[in-house]
Amino acid sequence: MCRECGCLTHVQGLDPDHATNPDHLRDHGHSHGHEHDHEHGHDHGHDHGHDHGHDHVHSHDRGPLRTSSIGAVSPAHRHLSLESRVLAKNDALAEANRRWLAERQIRAINLISSPGAGKTLLLEQTLERLQGRVNCAIIVGDVATDNDARRLRGKGAPVHQIETRNSCHLAAGQVGELLAHAAPVGTRLLIIENVGNLVCPAAFDLGETMKVALLSVTEGEDKPVKYPTLFHQTPVVVITKIDLVPHLDWDMALCRQNLRQVRPNVTLLEVSARSGLGMEAWIDFLENWVA
Amino acid sequence: MHELSLATALVEQLQEIMAREGVQELVSVTVAMGVLSGVEREALEFCFPLVVEATPLKGAILKIVETPLCFRCPRCQREWQAEKVDFAPCGGCGSAPEIIDGRDLVIRSLEVT
Repeated sequence: MCRECGCLTHVQGLDPDHATNPDHLRDHGHSHGHEHDHEHGHDHGHDHGHDHGHDHVHSHDRGPLRTSSIGAVSPAHRHLSLESRVLAKNDALAEANRRWLAERQIRAINLISSPGAGKTLLLEQTLERLQGRVNCAIIVGDVATDNDARRLRGKGAPVHQIETRNSCHLAAGQVGELLAHAAPVGTRLLIIENVGNLVCPAAFDLGETMKVALLSVTEGEDKPVKYPTLFHQTPVVVITKIDLVPHLDWDMALCRQNLRQVRPNVTLLEVSARSGLGMEAWIDFLENWVA
Repeated sequence: MHELSLATALVEQLQEIMAREGVQELVSVTVAMGVLSGVEREALEFCFPLVVEATPLKGAILKIVETPLCFRCPRCQREWQAEKVDFAPCGGCGSAPEIIDGRDLVIRSLEVT
């Protein structure tokens, strides 16, 4: 990749003179003869030879908070170049959760779907079937009410509700505060039912072992390509409400094709929590996964 | 609509960086937004001034550069860009590609005084 701009032109061999092409350099507004991935602030002492006030966008290696001063461009202004994820704080809290869970041999699922895809009914049936087989714990997130927690209690697993109060997603800190209570000693499987939403939960790592998406057959086969940020991150997708398929124009082959477009090696499970169809395969999958 | 959370996280982190680097005033911040970051540009641009309003960063400008989705073939090392997520096999050798860039929302640089 071009170190100046991150573009791929010369990598593909389309323009071998790319890096020294005057047009290219003018396009990017400056011409550095060195790479900007050194560790810390020092003056380069060279003349950038360009107007002040342009964007400095250099291609840096990925990594946590590597900062470097890239030279004074005017007596009053300077640029700090760095590479730090905006959600670095959430990421750090998520890593702490992941470590906490791993130390206790607990595997965690971050369960994500649109509202009404059947997360809670699937969990009700899952807890009933795993009772006595796998020690489960549940954290459930909703904007308001503890309705879901009440539905899930009394099925052999501790259930904790997070009311996000208008926030559209769970964050790692909220889960971390609850972990010690929510996943007692002996827990093997923690399922975190996220707020019903296909966009925002995809951005916030909770420290889960794996994200699982639910997609109900009433939603349309193109959901995976409409919401690729989420479906790209989910190694397992559960197609729900398959008992309704006879009443719909659902095309499973098309759905599978769309899923593979954004996640080629996705594992697909088809269930109806209402009729029980496909539930054994889902339960077997979970048992094997935590074994 | 998690862009308010993102703007808040961004401003918190900027304040930490500024304290660490001894920066007096932030003129602008440049953020790289991946095609697959799940961020709505307009919403983030709307939220940022609201969040900085009550902070010493008031008046700072948010600049967003969009990072294209970059794929790489792990077998023949060919790299290419795409407008949307499509794991079509590598045109060179037919292997399954991997994404190497375009997923994150990243602070790239600060213009400071």
